[in-house]
Amino acid sequence: MITAVPQTDIPRPSLAPRRLSNYFEEGGRTLASWLLTTDHKRIGLLYLYSIIVYFIIAAFAAALIRIELITPAGDLVTSETYNKLFTIHGTLMVWFFLIPSVPAVLGNFVLPLMLGARDVAFPKLNLLSWYLFNLGGLMALYAVAFGGADTGWTFYTPYSSTYSHSHVVTMAAGVFIAGFGSILTGLNFIITIHKMRAPGLTWFRLPLFVWSLYSTSVILVLATPVLAMTLALMSLERIWGLGVFDPKLGGDPVLFQHLFWFYSHPAVYIMILPGMGVVSELIPCFSRKPIFGYHFIAFSSVAIAVLGFLVWGHHMFVSSESIYAGLVFSLLSYLVAVPSAIKVFNWTMTMYRGRIYLSTPFLYALGFIGLFTIGGLTGLFLAALGVDVHVHGTYFIIAHFHYIMVGGMVTAFMGGLHYWWPKITGRLYPENLGRLAALIMFIGFNLTFFPQFVVGYLGMPRRYHSYAPEFQIYNVLSTAGASILGIGYLLPLIYFIWSLKHGRRAPSNPWKATGLEWQTSSPPPKHNFHETPVVTEEPYQYSPVPEQRLIYG
Amino acid sequence: MIIPTKIYFRVWLALLLLLVLTWGLAQVDMGRFNPIAALTIAVLKMLLVILFFMHVRYNKPITWIFVAAGFVWLAIMIDLTLSDYLTRNAVPPTLHHTWQHGAWPAPSKEGP
Amino acid sequence: MPNASSALAEQFDDLPQQQESSVLGMWTFLATEILFFGGMFMSYIAYRSAYPQAFAEASRHTIVLYGTINTAILLTSSLTVALAVHAVQEGRSKACFWLLVLTVLFGCCFLVVKGLEYHDDLNEQLWPGPHFKSGLPPQSQIFWFLYWAMTGLHALHVTIGVGLLSVIAWMAQKGKFSAAYYNPVDVSALYWHFVDIVWIFLYPLLYLINRYS
Repeated sequence: MITAVPQTDIPRPSLAPRRLSNYFEEGGRTLASWLLTTDHKRIGLLYLYSIIVYFIIAAFAAALIRIELITPAGDLVTSETYNKLFTIHGTLMVWFFLIPSVPAVLGNFVLPLMLGARDVAFPKLNLLSWYLFNLGGLMALYAVAFGGADTGWTFYTPYSSTYSHSHVVTMAAGVFIAGFGSILTGLNFIITIHKMRAPGLTWFRLPLFVWSLYSTSVILVLATPVLAMTLALMSLERIWGLGVFDPKLGGDPVLFQHLFWFYSHPAVYIMILPGMGVVSELIPCFSRKPIFGYHFIAFSSVAIAVLGFLVWGHHMFVSSESIYAGLVFSLLSYLVAVPSAIKVFNWTMTMYRGRIYLSTPFLYALGFIGLFTIGGLTGLFLAALGVDVHVHGTYFIIAHFHYIMVGGMVTAFMGGLHYWWPKITGRLYPENLGRLAALIMFIGFNLTFFPQFVVGYLGMPRRYHSYAPEFQIYNVLSTAGASILGIGYLLPLIYFIWSLKHGRRAPSNPWKATGLEWQTSSPPPKHNFHETPVVTEEPYQYSPVPEQRLIYG
Repeated sequence: MIIPTKIYFRVWLALLLLLVLTWGLAQVDMGRFNPIAALTIAVLKMLLVILFFMHVRYNKPITWIFVAAGFVWLAIMIDLTLSDYLTRNAVPPTLHHTWQHGAWPAPSKEGP
Repeated sequence: MPNASSALAEQFDDLPQQQESSVLGMWTFLATEILFFGGMFMSYIAYRSAYPQAFAEASRHTIVLYGTINTAILLTSSLTVALAVHAVQEGRSKACFWLLVLTVLFGCCFLVVKGLEYHDDLNEQLWPGPHFKSGLPPQSQIFWFLYWAMTGLHALHVTIGVGLLSVIAWMAQKGKFSAAYYNPVDVSALYWHFVDIVWIFLYPLLYLINRYS
């Protein structure tokens, strides 16, 4: 098995001498130096701190939901409070945790390093994105603190525009503003990838994480403005007292759903594509093999981004959408399965006959493949017009998208965070605790959400605080799983903080990975590289290394 | 790439002529061709502005792709949304048969 | 004359890379804007196809004269801002400054005319709501809702453009730009042209298309 050995870093000519300066020290350690920074690495960390705060609040709402659902009677909270709880959970998790998680934290940190660039193309814009994101976040939190909104994260009209007595406009304004933050992040990434690549780094030498970030950015740039406009029209209707979605004037509330899902279905791919990119980095590194079918994985990311825009109507099969449109959307939805399946197949083929190291990041990658496959395949159930009518609005759908969002994206985020943690902080995390946490998370997750597939198929509807007694066993299982999952999240939080002070110092390339980000010191200097790297070979040129060369903490 | 000023003036003249034309055509009853004419002229004006004033004609292909992306995606949104609206009240023949001969109650006639 | 190297941001290697990045960046932003306005255009299309009569009747109350004058103003302002870029490309900073000032003035003219039009619209009770002009079908309020929302958002963009170009003009006056470095002028001009393009479509959709139908 793997044994810890003293650091043996291969000396490289491009590496500066020891006692390197790094981005924590260069530029100062004051609070102002962080809040006014234009360094992409610091901004990535600022995003990390912010999303942890939003995650904790949203997770707290989820905990209250799960506790309420232990018993069939609605006894802990009133139905009004319950509505607000799932709105807080959904809104904060989607817009203030999942969407920025991998792109804005890991993407910000790693992208310029992977490209061999000094920074992103527009560093000031990058900082502005973070401020917009948090301004939006604070508005959402303001809405939560002073009464909350009860529309669900989807803000469906006419409930949101006419009937709800809650802080809908403030909540929507928060999402609107944060949306412009993510548009600017996407814009920044697109231009950075086009214009800031190191000499020799052609498109097909880019790491697959970069391809997935590019595809994500295309969605961010082209879909988010539609959400902004939709929420603006909805808020205007609420303030004005009449508007385009108002049935009294002949308006059609279903138009809101069209515009909303034109954004929000592609947004689902904002919440999975970057995760796929992370996994495409982890699998070849810990299988010590070049990635199988590089071009297929690269283009499948682009294909998912484009196809993602053509399928939004499958959220509206029971909304009085026309039957013909439903047929078209149903058929198009099946197409998304093709690039997704290509990815899963290629990851599996990369592992086949590889020299596998069961490190923490790799355990997360394995978890991702399994959970994403389940989430994706149940997505096909929902894309089928006939089946969807049966399971629409039940816990089946809750389970499905949590398998993608949590089982997929959060797992990939954790994997990526562990993988790049030595680069980010210059410290190694405790490997065995890491593996334990990954295992706890996997078990807790499945126990939480698998019973929801069953109970949803049996007909338990979502968004109610009470339910029929025969569903209790599934809900108790689910709540028990959520408690385990909670421990799984708490553990990394503790040992990551511990490792900042007490973790072993990380060498510049602890995983013996390829990628340009590993060719600079850990943590990197302010401008990333002491001299601009030149790329001369294809990515993922891995070969098996003796066990003791792969360093663990 | 510096474009001679006379091109800018010519484009401006063309834009103003198109404006007069579209205003004039709107005064004539052409039935369904009124909107078609107005929108065609609008697209022509837009192309003049994009190609010359915004220099896209003289730019690299990558700029063309970026310019096109916004419009293509707008077309996707309009197209697929209309796929619903234009067929909203159409009933597939088989369902129609079912509704007429029992099995299911016919839906109410009032549309959205 | 400004030193070209002082205008180079530290993340870039050379000025052409910086120039191309900012132009592509602006185009990406404009793609975003297309879809931002697109939400309202989509609403317009959906309801116009559903209620052609009500939309035709409603749109006959818009004031074509104002709309036409404003179109001419914006088209001309597009010319002056294009000429401003041309001037700075040839290194004529002074000419660039005056052309930008002219563009800003055209922008202000547009807003004044729009204000007069809004005033007349309000007098005609064309603001949707309980006091909406009587005698029009209820769906025509959707048209007028869209009229106010679309022209309002466009006017907001004109206002931002006027502010932006004023700053750029001020910088040009200060001699910040040269034939080697004129990025901000170029990029702001792109934004201004886009504002023009939006109006090129609003004009027929709101004022012309339904005169006879």
